[in-house]
Amino acid sequence: MSTLTNTSTTPSTRKSFAFYAKYLFVRLGVLPFLLLAAIIIFSLLSENFLTGRNVMNVFRQSSYLMLIAMGQMFALLTGGFDLSVGTIVAITSVVSAIVMSTLFSLYPDAIWLSISVGALVGLFVGTSIGLINGIGVAIFKVNPFMMTLGMSSVGFGAALYLTGGSPVYGMPMDFSDTFGFGKLLGIPAPIWICFLCFAALALLVNWTRTGRYFYAVGGNLKAAQLSGINTKKMLMLAYMISGLVAAVCGILLTARLDTGEANIGASFPLESIAACVIAGVSLRGGVGRIGNVVLGALFIGLITNGMNLARIESYLQTVVIGLLLIFAVIADQLRLKLMASLQD
Amino acid sequence: MAIQESTPSALEACPTELGPHSHSSQMKHGQSNRIQNINTNNEKVQPLLKLDRISKLYPGVVALDKMQLTIMPGEVHILFGENGAGKSTLISTIAGAHQASSGDMYFAGEKVLLHSVQEARKLGISAVFQEFSLVPQLSIAENLFLGAEPLRAGLLDQTANLTAAKALLSKLGFELDAEQKVAYLSRAEQQMVEIAKAFRTEPKILILDEPTASLTEKESDRLFELVSQLKAKGVGIIYITHRMSEIRRIGDRITIMRDGKYISTLNVKDTSEDALLTLMTGRVIDKVFPKVAFHPTSTALSINNLSTKDNSLKKVSIEVKRGEIVGLAGLIGSGKSELLRACFGLEPLASGSVHFNGEEVTGFSPKQMLDRGFFYNSADRKNEGLAMNRSCRENITLASLTTQRFSLGLFLKRFKELKECKDLAKKLQLQPFNIEREVENFSGGNQQKVLLAKCLTRDVSLYVFDEPTVGVDVGTRTEIYQLIANLCESGAAVVLISSDLPEIIHLSHRAYVMYRGELKAELSGTNINEQMLLNHFFERECTL
Ligand SMILES: Nc1ncnc2c1ncn2[C@@H]1O[C@H](COP(=O)(O)OP(=O)(O)OP(=O)(O)O)[C@@H](O)[C@H]1O
Ligand SMILES: [Mg+2]
Repeated sequence: MSTLTNTSTTPSTRKSFAFYAKYLFVRLGVLPFLLLAAIIIFSLLSENFLTGRNVMNVFRQSSYLMLIAMGQMFALLTGGFDLSVGTIVAITSVVSAIVMSTLFSLYPDAIWLSISVGALVGLFVGTSIGLINGIGVAIFKVNPFMMTLGMSSVGFGAALYLTGGSPVYGMPMDFSDTFGFGKLLGIPAPIWICFLCFAALALLVNWTRTGRYFYAVGGNLKAAQLSGINTKKMLMLAYMISGLVAAVCGILLTARLDTGEANIGASFPLESIAACVIAGVSLRGGVGRIGNVVLGALFIGLITNGMNLARIESYLQTVVIGLLLIFAVIADQLRLKLMASLQD
Repeated sequence: MAIQESTPSALEACPTELGPHSHSSQMKHGQSNRIQNINTNNEKVQPLLKLDRISKLYPGVVALDKMQLTIMPGEVHILFGENGAGKSTLISTIAGAHQASSGDMYFAGEKVLLHSVQEARKLGISAVFQEFSLVPQLSIAENLFLGAEPLRAGLLDQTANLTAAKALLSKLGFELDAEQKVAYLSRAEQQMVEIAKAFRTEPKILILDEPTASLTEKESDRLFELVSQLKAKGVGIIYITHRMSEIRRIGDRITIMRDGKYISTLNVKDTSEDALLTLMTGRVIDKVFPKVAFHPTSTALSINNLSTKDNSLKKVSIEVKRGEIVGLAGLIGSGKSELLRACFGLEPLASGSVHFNGEEVTGFSPKQMLDRGFFYNSADRKNEGLAMNRSCRENITLASLTTQRFSLGLFLKRFKELKECKDLAKKLQLQPFNIEREVENFSGGNQQKVLLAKCLTRDVSLYVFDEPTVGVDVGTRTEIYQLIANLCESGAAVVLISSDLPEIIHLSHRAYVMYRGELKAELSGTNINEQMLLNHFFERECTL
């Protein structure tokens, strides 16, 4: 998104191609270039890559990570982490599936009632885990790393305990048909929902006080406090948002799989942090833009999809993703250096 | 420039009769012959350090532009210039903290290229930077010997470390507990640790970047003694300050810079304050302190027998009226800053009460106090005042986003915010004038301006300025004083906490002196003078 809006700001002076490239790099960061390179490479490797169908596919597959990464950004902005996002996805999936299937078997006519109640309960559970994380971090001053790691173990255990380790079946067909496979104007439901979340969160983070306060709290907790900001509330809110968005993702994944699974989401914590870091979110807090985070998640989705199409082994894929992450961070450092040579 | 190139080894002396606008380079050029003749006796002495056409580029800024500097052994060389002139950047280059983009540096006649602070230290260049480089989690002793820890059989020798640290501190005459963690120290105490760090090795060149900015007279005096001892040993000292009195007191030569460029090097003896100011700013400044009208009205703040849990305050009572500026003076640790911090909800209270605009507000939180119109402007901009990695704009409006001015229901009025910030930045002459830049990329003095701007964005009936002009150049200080005067004259109450005596003397209508957590004296009118204030700074037995 920011790629499109920002390209219009290229300088009007006539300069060499190298200058333009450098300028764009400094201006936009490494992400657009990585995206472009990935698109070029994969469309050369596989002719199926750039087809409309596959592109839609990439977007749909990435939308789950996009959601998680957007939530993760809030935790990172305040200078923390959320390692429990994967668990929140799993427990949301299990809980909402159980509620839906139980209600549905009791009242077979109340299809939408059971779907909405199930989804609401899922959202509630996800947000509550976020709240517990937030209370631990804000009030008891537990390090976010330990707090969310601990909660992730608690949540995972609970999800397995609730299901006895087996998937939950018996949800109304409409649930999966709508939220898993449904389309509106030819665009799959997860993309719509992801877009709505993006719009809401972008509004929150850029145009409201609350959003500004996240940056301030991560930038300097003490200064924020002296400026009259309730920093504890902000920390709690950050983890609650992360939990809520992860729960949305959990429900969407449940719909896609048509089962409640305790074993999903394990790769989300790492991937969402990676997406944020590639997108320039600072691990020390206070810096990050939500549009870039979405692109970061898209990039990871793109790479995974491309490598699948190019039949690269899945073990190797993990290696590639790790290397790319490190490369992105190095490139960002380079960008800061280059900035000095470009006077504007 | 001609001066430096033709006689690199000579101390230049520019005559004093510099008119307000006569600092042009032709003039210096014309005088260079005369200068050579004056200083023939010095020709043998080799400069300790010589910088030649040093430039440094930052993103979007030329911080240094072909800057030059010559340091002789045994001199105190003052660097003087407005906020953002590039003084800190210059000394960071000398101290190896970063590398120049171009230009040469000669140390004792040999060309050197420094890649790190360690390398510079090995050569004998030690620096006390403007921004502290202490590790808060470590003790003073550990910080002092960081990177040069005493070892025994390859392991850390904690006892040797501690003994050496204690010896160093007592040699310097600093009353600090070597075992204490740096995190618990005040800004002034941290400053002392920084200074001690630079004195750890025997330096050939010592660089001090605004070392007294947060020290009071006593510690400053001690520092000046140390400086003159080093000077006697032939150490070259580079000293950055915005305080005129210090320039007079310890400076031998002074180099003025503006916008990263070399302007002139003069003998301190031969200059006048006005000439320096004119050289520095490129314009004429008539008076630094404004006259503030005195029309006290109702009581804004009254503090009754206030004590804190940690005993930094013992039964202090003061009163502040609207329309007056109340100065708060005292040594470091005297409780002058703690008193107002306690009212703002930053220190746990033990007993006593605080009333603000007629309402009891004892033990209220910062947020509650802000909502009632009490604004405390912290002395520690880096740790308490500003979110360094956020933009100037966001910092300026941070404390006021809840007000109607910047918020419409849930949403921010971002265009209004932008406009008001621009106006404020213009008023305070933010340099460079770019409010979207991260605060950490501004020079120290400009960061201070951003901090001040924070309290100007909402309705406030009591302003507390804790060391408001730390590191601010004289030109801007004039603006800040005028601003404080205007606030007071428009009916607000102002508390000015300061270690800079002239500030207290010239601005306050009434002044309190604190000593070891107790209120020592209340002065008003002509009684607010240096003699009276200093008398109360120390114990009665100690005569001054
Ligand atoms: N890390 C940085 N990145 C970008 N610009 C910087 C950085 N550090 C300093 N600058 C810019 O370089 C210029 C010189 O800054 P410097 O800190 O040397 O000023 P100074 O003379 O020490 O001022 P002060 O009296 O306020 O301390 C300023 O315009 C400042 O904004
Ligand atoms: Mg400086």
